[in-house]
Amino acid sequence: MRRGAGRRPLDWLLSGDRPGGRVLSLLLLAVLLGLAFAPFLFPGTRPLGVAARICIFIVLAASYDIMLGYTGIASFAHTMFFGMGAYGVAIALAKLPVGWDAVLLGAAAGVALAALVAILIGLLSLRVRAIFFSMITLAVASFALILATELRDLTGGEDGLTFSVPRLLTPGFRLAAEPVLGVRLDGRLVTYYLIFVLSLALFLAMLRIVNSPFGRVLQAIRENEFRAEALGYRTLVYRTLAGALSAALAALAGAMMALLLRYNGPAVTLSFDVMVDILLMVVIGGMGTLYGPVLGAVVLVMAEYYLQPAMAALSRSLAGWPVLPVLFHPDRWLLWLGVLFVLIVYFFPAGIVGSLRRQAR
Amino acid sequence: MNDGAALLRLAGVHTHIGRYHILHGVDLAVRRGRLTMLLGRNGAGKTTTLRTIMGLWRRSAGEIAFDGAPIGALDTPDIARLGIAYVPESMGIFGQLTVRENLLLATGPKGFDAARLDDVMGLFPALRQKWHNGAGSLSGGQKQMLAISRAIIEERRLLIVDEPTKGLAPAVIQLLIDAFLRLKQTATTILLVEQNFHMARSVGDEVAVMDDGRVVHAGAMADLAADEALQRQLLGLSLASHQ
Repeated sequence: MRRGAGRRPLDWLLSGDRPGGRVLSLLLLAVLLGLAFAPFLFPGTRPLGVAARICIFIVLAASYDIMLGYTGIASFAHTMFFGMGAYGVAIALAKLPVGWDAVLLGAAAGVALAALVAILIGLLSLRVRAIFFSMITLAVASFALILATELRDLTGGEDGLTFSVPRLLTPGFRLAAEPVLGVRLDGRLVTYYLIFVLSLALFLAMLRIVNSPFGRVLQAIRENEFRAEALGYRTLVYRTLAGALSAALAALAGAMMALLLRYNGPAVTLSFDVMVDILLMVVIGGMGTLYGPVLGAVVLVMAEYYLQPAMAALSRSLAGWPVLPVLFHPDRWLLWLGVLFVLIVYFFPAGIVGSLRRQAR
Repeated sequence: MNDGAALLRLAGVHTHIGRYHILHGVDLAVRRGRLTMLLGRNGAGKTTTLRTIMGLWRRSAGEIAFDGAPIGALDTPDIARLGIAYVPESMGIFGQLTVRENLLLATGPKGFDAARLDDVMGLFPALRQKWHNGAGSLSGGQKQMLAISRAIIEERRLLIVDEPTKGLAPAVIQLLIDAFLRLKQTATTILLVEQNFHMARSVGDEVAVMDDGRVVHAGAMADLAADEALQRQLLGLSLASHQ
């Protein structure tokens, strides 16, 4: 009956939470290998930027899944926490001498502020009904967006902040004089692997958290709050802690985004569009699985970056046909993105991971 | 009922749910080491009484005392931590967790006590085979077994169970009766709400009958089981029809 004895290293790494099913495992392995070797498999600045964004959004969406999927709390303030991490690093690097201490200080400040605000929101509003909590988070997030826009001296207002990063992360930095496998070992590569390793570590840490006794209680609360209370669990405390944890992880994702872009502004990390993206990643990938946000982030980021060029190519190839070239004109990419999401939600109501797991049983 | 040895005592407890006045002064004593049945027709206030004891509904008047200390103002988690386990009416399991995870939720930070786990699994061997299965995939009877197992996986001072046989097949009901009889041998104090009079008669030591939000009869279960006229008066049933 006991499973824990003599656990294999992979089980230890994944906290005993294997993806489940061959197709899903292969898909996730492909994502892992694709991201691990992205600079060599897909050379160029744009693919590297896309791969880095996928890493960051995996952390961001997975941290949101801890709230939505594991605890059953629908918050619209996740971008605010993402923005706090990004602004923490951006302000520190813009206002202080550039260096790793500024990066660490900014990230730590962003994480601490995000956790503190999440605790305050939780304690003040998690007692109310779910829909009211969601509305409160929406209001707080809107307030944060206005604040970031108005505090121009600190945040750069709507223009945002452009800043320098430590020399190791600058494009001009060379790790080696000669390219390896055709790839220049420069600061961009260092930045990418810093983001990749941090994202992987944070994802594995999240797996550990949701598979811990704490994570089990969160799932129990999601399913039935009163039953969890009747077992002696203070649900408000657990939900607030989950919120703080989720916010801190989102802030770390924001810090990585700032380092990647060497810029931060309201549109990049605080806009409601980012919140919609996170929601879609979690829903499309599959809520309450953590692996779901991985696939959700890959699908969404890839679609955002490559659907338009793919449609341009398709439209060109259909030249001469009636209607079709117009229908697939690259300007209509948002329409097709919407159609794609509707199809995914229709055919995978439990998300990609949920559906693949069901098929594997 | 002599409540000198009462572990749990309710005195004049009133409960309102919204604008509805459900409990109208409930007096109830649950004696240590005894199995007390709480009977009554549908809507008599049995489930509300249990939920009020657990703090899931707030009493609007009256006193609830556990081991002599008032608990009426405590929050549900604090009440549970006093050693009161509650199995709600609708098989209070967590369907998306496995059997093992459901049980782990009720253990302390050290996890299972091996001897205790063996004892509990001895009561419900069917759960052993479903150890890593999702609890949502269990049959109705197995879900009820899991809910009761979770309530007793750690030593509790009082076990409160709401209609465990509801919707279950006779064979499963007999299994639950056997389990409660074995639990009684461990001197566990139990408060059990039940509609199935056969079960009540089989396992109950004491009985309290509710009607219209009050306890209208309290005494020994054996006395009620032997008095068909009283059963008809209190419950509107005859023992013969529940053999």
